[in-house]
Amino acid sequence: MTTSELRLSASHLACERGGRLVFDGVSFTVGSGEALVLTGPNGSGKSSLLRQIAGLLESGPDSLRVEGGDPELTLAEQSHYVGHLDGLKPAMTVAETLHFWAAWFGTGAGAAHVAAALDGMNLASLADLPAAYLSAGQKRRLALARLLAAPRPVWLLDEPTVGLDTASIARLGHAMQAHLAGGGLIVAATHLDLGLATAKTLDLGTGVLS
Amino acid sequence: MSRAFIALLVRDLRLAARIGGGGGMAVFFFLVVVAAVPLGIGPAPDLLARIAPGMLWVALLLSSLLTLDRLFQADHEDGSLDLLTMGRLPLELVVVAKAVGHFLTTGLPLVVAAPLLGLMLNLEVAAFPALMLAMLVGAPALSFLGVIGAGLTVGIRRGGLLASLLVLPFYIPVLIFGVGAARAALAGFPDGVAAQSLALLAAVTLASLVIGPVAAAAALRANLR
Repeated sequence: MTTSELRLSASHLACERGGRLVFDGVSFTVGSGEALVLTGPNGSGKSSLLRQIAGLLESGPDSLRVEGGDPELTLAEQSHYVGHLDGLKPAMTVAETLHFWAAWFGTGAGAAHVAAALDGMNLASLADLPAAYLSAGQKRRLALARLLAAPRPVWLLDEPTVGLDTASIARLGHAMQAHLAGGGLIVAATHLDLGLATAKTLDLGTGVLS
Repeated sequence: MSRAFIALLVRDLRLAARIGGGGGMAVFFFLVVVAAVPLGIGPAPDLLARIAPGMLWVALLLSSLLTLDRLFQADHEDGSLDLLTMGRLPLELVVVAKAVGHFLTTGLPLVVAAPLLGLMLNLEVAAFPALMLAMLVGAPALSFLGVIGAGLTVGIRRGGLLASLLVLPFYIPVLIFGVGAARAALAGFPDGVAAQSLALLAAVTLASLVIGPVAAAAALRANLR
């Protein structure tokens, strides 16, 4: 992770899906150590906004800007995205999956990060189990462990708590706080209070930033 | 960057080995097609020997098409394709890794199995080296052209047939020059004739190595957004 200050800003961001305008005029700024929580009713564009930041959906020119960070890398290349799909292969074990994503996203020191990720999401006892045998909550934890397996400054989380038990939600909250304390940046769509003291809230239904 | 490339290739090979759809299945399909031909044509060893190179090439083409449609679709459905676009490896190289994986799990096993199946079709042993060499040179083109169809149909359920229709015209030059090389050896033409076909086949393969990844990556980008 780069130590320089990172700043992600959106100005008059709009999103159109299937000819329908999902939202427009969305502006916000999130800096290192800050979290932005997206709320709003179903269909208000929380997932679309996250996918735009991740570079998986078109966003208008200059409507999303990133300052600081590694100038060699695009915003998507500095981001982790955890969406509704866990991106797991049933035939690969928990450890293999994490080793793969660590090599894919990371820059080095993969093995140490993978061990920390297994611990952080309480998956160490399942390390040799193929993902096919995991429960829905365990699969989600494995998808979230990706965040820890390869450090990247921007976390984009789409309903990360779905399927998680209370202990795992606490673990996720802890990981998110540690990430913010380390100078990271989080944009998350969630309806649960994750205990983030410094979080700003953007309501996509009303467009109010608070 | 090369570490990410190798990691993706190893993951694909591992998945192919574990959940099938890899080398084993393609070889069996190859075997079934080739075993069905003598039954359909009847006991005519001379005729079989004459059509053997063509049959082997057509079977190679079909096996390649059979395994193409899941190449990106499986990753698209479980969400990992999204994550693959967010790595530092350009999407073009993601496609190259996928195509190399496809060649290693489909093309290469079939090239190795070809002499055995050639015997079943009464193909002269003298033609084996030329046939295998032509297949080895041409099979990468099948994978690297095939990714274009797989990329174009990534968002379509049951897009396999469409992918085959899109890709088949590009396969024709490979088929023509591939069969040409084996046939020249079979007919006892001077070495230069087989070499000519082989050179043209190599040209097709080299062109596909460049065009395939770029075109498939563009198709994937258009489909994902």
